[in-house]
Amino acid sequence: MIGKCSSCFMIVNGVPNTKTCREPVADGLVVERQRGWVSPPAEQVDLGNVENYEVETDVLVVGGGPSGLSAALKVAEYGYNVLVVDEHFRLGGQLLKQTHKFFGNVELFGGMRGFQIAEEYIKKIGSNEKIKTLTQSVVYGVFRGGVVGVSGKNAHYVVKPKAVIGSTGATERYLDFINNDLPGVIGAGGAQTIMNEYGVRPGDSALVVGSGNVGIIISYQLLQAGVRVKAVVEILPEVGGWFVHAAKIRRYGIPILLQHTLKAVYGNGKVSEAEVVAVDNNFNPVPGTEKRFEVDLVLLAIGLEPDNRFFAQCGAAMKWSPDLGGLVPLRTLDLETSVKNLYVAGDASGIEEATTAIIEGQIAALSIVSKLSDGSRASKAEEEMEKLIRFLWDEYRASPVLARARRGKQLVTVSREEMEKIRSVNPPPVSFG
Amino acid sequence: MGREVSKSSNTVIVCRCNDVTADEIRKAIEMGIDDFELLRKYLRLGFGPCQGRSCIMIAARMFARATGRGLDEVLLNYKVRPPIVPISARYFIKGVKS
Repeated sequence: MIGKCSSCFMIVNGVPNTKTCREPVADGLVVERQRGWVSPPAEQVDLGNVENYEVETDVLVVGGGPSGLSAALKVAEYGYNVLVVDEHFRLGGQLLKQTHKFFGNVELFGGMRGFQIAEEYIKKIGSNEKIKTLTQSVVYGVFRGGVVGVSGKNAHYVVKPKAVIGSTGATERYLDFINNDLPGVIGAGGAQTIMNEYGVRPGDSALVVGSGNVGIIISYQLLQAGVRVKAVVEILPEVGGWFVHAAKIRRYGIPILLQHTLKAVYGNGKVSEAEVVAVDNNFNPVPGTEKRFEVDLVLLAIGLEPDNRFFAQCGAAMKWSPDLGGLVPLRTLDLETSVKNLYVAGDASGIEEATTAIIEGQIAALSIVSKLSDGSRASKAEEEMEKLIRFLWDEYRASPVLARARRGKQLVTVSREEMEKIRSVNPPPVSFG
Repeated sequence: MGREVSKSSNTVIVCRCNDVTADEIRKAIEMGIDDFELLRKYLRLGFGPCQGRSCIMIAARMFARATGRGLDEVLLNYKVRPPIVPISARYFIKGVKS
């Protein structure tokens, strides 16, 4: 439930398959449960009319999270127009639900909490006339000539951009265990949406699956919201998250069960019990080691997968990367994919974290700006970009906690010459500009 | 969503939109389906409203393990067509007055 899957689908005002996690409450809203077969349509649905617009822009940003927003601001800083499209009714992406403090220096928002960074971005973007934003709007496809279709609130846009930054983020991973579609099983990001963005307590007692940073941070946030956390389950022999975060929940006495996995959940209509089991070194369950916990909430914090659908439709050359969470587009150091003038930034380029997403957004923006400009403006953008690339790879990612992401990103980054070769062997069906 | 899965059946759902279970995937592979795209079409795995955002990777891992192939190879023919997300028909057809 970070707005990408189907787990929160309900019938809203008679329309099935509505993502309720993204639907703002309004007077007279009728929400119905969606399960099994549907009734025949009682009457013709009045779909209403949609206004059509053609939009030209220098840069289109697909997804208004940390990388998309930092990219938009950078493009505007150099005097170019930018259009930001986001599915949610508020910009900020996952920053909106991050209540923990960021590390690092003040320039990169160190000491600030995620939602505060989003607030600052939204304020800056709102007062910038170079930036247009479309919320509750979806980029649904790319068409001949590099035009992009956007379905908006009550309007349809055909956008002709000179360059596109795909900052589409990620989707939450789902897990296969017995009764895994029982209500009460939700993604950790979904729980963060419910608690931190909407201020609703998601349950009374919880089991958290996954001890990466997300799993550990959500456990602490559950405690803050008054939810009892019975245990955190981790399939690996060690805790995945950073020590500082893990130490925090250990202080509250929450056990982290290493080499354990979730086997099943049980309950009548909703979760009331969860069963975990120990695994051996080959991740096979060890019979007889089952333990049951009485919980009404099971949170899956087992990782994220880059949302690659936009790049896949564009025909960008991709590579499978276990270090980065899935299939990601190949890119040059300045983050251009094999589709000319299509850039990738943030979690879509491989799962990492918000600060690197912000830096990647700026790098992509600067590369585009340097291409669109000439003279001193072009060289200024290029210099700024080179500096950021060096900082990102040689300083920021030198941190041991980012070693895995760094290795993953190295393996999917190619030189400009190699990219030209990829383009000639495998010409993408579309380009922008 | 398509089919009502009984509450007591202790099933493992892989595709939540179309209620495709892990057992159905296992059986289809045992039956001899040796191409991931064919498996998807046979079971309508990932053909629902979320277009495979939750299920494709679980199914791809199951398929890779069962056939001894790498994920790179399994996902080689991964194709996406527009609309890349489900959207209302109203963007393409005029409103109907009843």
